[in-house]
Amino acid sequence: MVRVAVLQFPGTNCDLEMAWAVERAGADAEFVWHEDGELADYDAVIIPGGFTYGDYVRAGAIAALSPVMDEVREFAEEGRPVLGVCNGMQILAEAGLIPGTLTVNDCNRFICDWVHLRVERADTPFTTRYEEGEVLRIPIAHAEGRYYVDEPDEVEDRVVFRFCGPNGEVDDRYNPNGSVRGITGVVNEEGNVLGMMPHPERAAHRLQGSDDGLRLFQSMVDWCRR
Amino acid sequence: MTLTDEDLELIRRELGREPNETELAMFENLWSEHCAYRSTRHLLRQLPTEADHVIVGPGDDAAVVAIDDEWAIVVGIESHNHPSYVDPYNGAATGVGGIVRDVLSMGAFPIALLDPLRFGPLDAERVPYLVDGVVRGISDYGNRIGVPTVGGELEFDPSYQRNPLVNVMCVGLVRKDEVVRGRAEEPGDVFVLIGARTGRDGIGGAAFASEELDEESEEEDRPAVQIGDPFTERLLILALRELVRRGLVKGCKDLGAAGLTCAVAEMAAEGGVGAEVDVSKVPLREEGMEPWEIMLSESQERMLIVTSPEDVDEVTEVCEKYGLEAAVVGRVTDDGYLTVRDGDEIVARVPVKFLADGAPTLDWEEEPYSYPEDVDVPEPDPEDAVEAILSSPNVSPLLREWVYRQYDHEVQGRTLVKPGHDAAVLWLQHEGLEDKALALTTDSNPRHVLIDPRVGTEGCVAEALRNIATVGARPLCLVDCLNFGSPENPRVYYQLKRSIEGLAEAARRFDVPVVGGNVSLYNEHEADGPVNPTPVVGAVGLIEGVDHLEDFPREPEEGERVIVLGETRPELGGSLYLMEYHEIKGGKVPRVRYREERRLHRLLRRIARGSCASIVRDVSTGGLLAILAEVLGKVGAEVDLSRAPGRAPRWDYLLFSESHGRAIVVTDEPDRVLELASDAGVPAEVVGEVTGDGTLRIAAGSTEIEISRERLEGWWRRPLEHLE
Repeated sequence: MVRVAVLQFPGTNCDLEMAWAVERAGADAEFVWHEDGELADYDAVIIPGGFTYGDYVRAGAIAALSPVMDEVREFAEEGRPVLGVCNGMQILAEAGLIPGTLTVNDCNRFICDWVHLRVERADTPFTTRYEEGEVLRIPIAHAEGRYYVDEPDEVEDRVVFRFCGPNGEVDDRYNPNGSVRGITGVVNEEGNVLGMMPHPERAAHRLQGSDDGLRLFQSMVDWCRR
Repeated sequence: MTLTDEDLELIRRELGREPNETELAMFENLWSEHCAYRSTRHLLRQLPTEADHVIVGPGDDAAVVAIDDEWAIVVGIESHNHPSYVDPYNGAATGVGGIVRDVLSMGAFPIALLDPLRFGPLDAERVPYLVDGVVRGISDYGNRIGVPTVGGELEFDPSYQRNPLVNVMCVGLVRKDEVVRGRAEEPGDVFVLIGARTGRDGIGGAAFASEELDEESEEEDRPAVQIGDPFTERLLILALRELVRRGLVKGCKDLGAAGLTCAVAEMAAEGGVGAEVDVSKVPLREEGMEPWEIMLSESQERMLIVTSPEDVDEVTEVCEKYGLEAAVVGRVTDDGYLTVRDGDEIVARVPVKFLADGAPTLDWEEEPYSYPEDVDVPEPDPEDAVEAILSSPNVSPLLREWVYRQYDHEVQGRTLVKPGHDAAVLWLQHEGLEDKALALTTDSNPRHVLIDPRVGTEGCVAEALRNIATVGARPLCLVDCLNFGSPENPRVYYQLKRSIEGLAEAARRFDVPVVGGNVSLYNEHEADGPVNPTPVVGAVGLIEGVDHLEDFPREPEEGERVIVLGETRPELGGSLYLMEYHEIKGGKVPRVRYREERRLHRLLRRIARGSCASIVRDVSTGGLLAILAEVLGKVGAEVDLSRAPGRAPRWDYLLFSESHGRAIVVTDEPDRVLELASDAGVPAEVVGEVTGDGTLRIAAGSTEIEISRERLEGWWRRPLEHLE
């Protein structure tokens, strides 16, 4: 059985549904409290959403400095999959494990809404069950989700998900938070660390309004089994 | 000072001496209207509170209601009105924190929040600031603690201008064998204070909530408002869950109004024991606090648990894991007294039952009033009236969306029916109950209640139950949050009494227990007078079998039929149309016809569960026009309301009447829906069809209106101009 660690920091709050989604994809999900961080025996690590340490500073800034992140870094260097969703993406960005940063939404408010995403890469451990160019329906929920990078050209080939319209059109109308080029999911150079602002675990069953997110976890489990 | 001369005399007699300053402060807060329900306790006795599935009814921090052999829901509702006027951001945020801790203290894990909000007109001074602050406060707090805010209400009326109503309802889940009560039973057990340190914030909050607001409130009462820390609250949620799972919690209370005094006194009084508290053991945030300040501080994110002395180390260990302080601050005694020490010195000693339950009830004078039933409603220009109703902030779906987009309504992944419908639906998959879901709503119609307090309140209950029926739920229980002006005002006391009678009547007739609630009085500002009487009714329904919720409700599609269920009657009294457009107070307030209403609810459940509709919505504020516009305005439809069941003497009655017992259905199986309606004995007619051309055409009696999507969205957007 594929074993997935769902990391918990003080302030993590999307752990329950993350573990549930991982199990729906056919893996074992285990909660790992940040202080007990023993990650070596797991096949994949997920940092779920929330407001670690209250996010009273910059989102994810404190958690990124926590000792368990050294373990996550080692885990990632071994080529095993690491997924950060929402606050998890913010932590990965703060820790320098993925390129770019996340800043306050251009509307200066928290946004919780359903959006469309275009899959830009189907060759990562998280996206093999998608097709390039496919449009997914998945919700977002964040106040600091505006992706920014100085040289967007340099991360262009790392982009996994982009905000788009129902037919895959990428333009300002469908960019909810002002992210540069609509980018909302990026991987590291090796492709095994993915940070994304949208919540695939909230779209993992048709009853939730969409099960487009489930295939992300299934891809990850496939990859771990290989 | 909120104690009366009679109160003081009673206290003197009971103690056999003059109370000291500390004792006086304790009585003043615990005997306040806010804590002791002095004007309503005797009235609330008429509510039906019992049923086989009710495990804990009114009286504890929150109610507990079984949903199957193993699991129960916990539900509570509260108001944070005065604090939200003085400091909207913190007032609203700490309102969320408080009700969540009420649910926690029953041993439950919170899974949903609903926020009924009421403000003055958006173009009035300070109102946009209040709206923005309250919404940000709820958003920042609710989102951070990971509890989805899935519903509520949003209403505007001049009576709320300087006294907004900020209510909040919370629902949690608990295993039946893990339910914790707010009770101390065994002498020798200890009180452990968990969470944030105690500071000077919120002192006298209970007393502050029991007085009217005035010109100085904004400045003077700021210290009575607490500051929230959602990060600590999240840790409390986790720590409490672990403590409960490990069986370490013998009793638990949230520290809310009147702080430590209230929590200790109520727990000891409930268990028939005594208690001793040593204020020198309370971890403080600031130096030099007086014992009475420590006993009454309303610092947030604190919980008091009762545990066995031998379990203290384990409790401390669990709290440390979550970075929370835990301090033994007292012990359970057998002497029936609450003794407060400061080290060796006794600073207060009073009979605990007397302190917790001894406040005499107050029966105020009432003055009946009524508005004329027969009113002359001038026939308006249709375009003008339609525009006025559809651009009202009390109708605009875009304004509501602006609010709930700022709430994380999806966290925990349970939200199957999202905000923006009649009821939210929360799935219980994490508890292993994949076939079960809860339907939640809150409703009030203060305009109806103002014109006829009793009939109007019955209507609030009918609407709440109708709303949960639209998603296929069967009612489990009701809670109420009664927001009224000063009971010392005879007309307000009349409203309050009639309203509670209406609530009791409706709950009995629908056979749904009222398991808990909150009373908030003195909602008035010297400049405006009392708020409209606002009994908010929260309803929780259970859905067993969830398959029908896949892809339901959904956007209507071209070719689908529009059906109106239930009779439209000439009942304009208290309607948005009469009150806001004509500014007429009077007319016939919509009555609840219980047999018809119950039939309709059964039918709505059948339609929803039978997967034969894309949309099922109830008809309420703004009448048929408002709901048709909301559901069909974007896609476009052609509707002839003259075909709708019932009788209306004129087109405006047809469009704007807020008669109960009605709903609309959009379906591609009209014959099946009509057959179900006929079986159920509910009048039903196909009134039109979805055209898909983005224009809504409605014929009603002698008039026809045509509204393009662009025009409609412009109207809906109008109230937003004040906020963006």
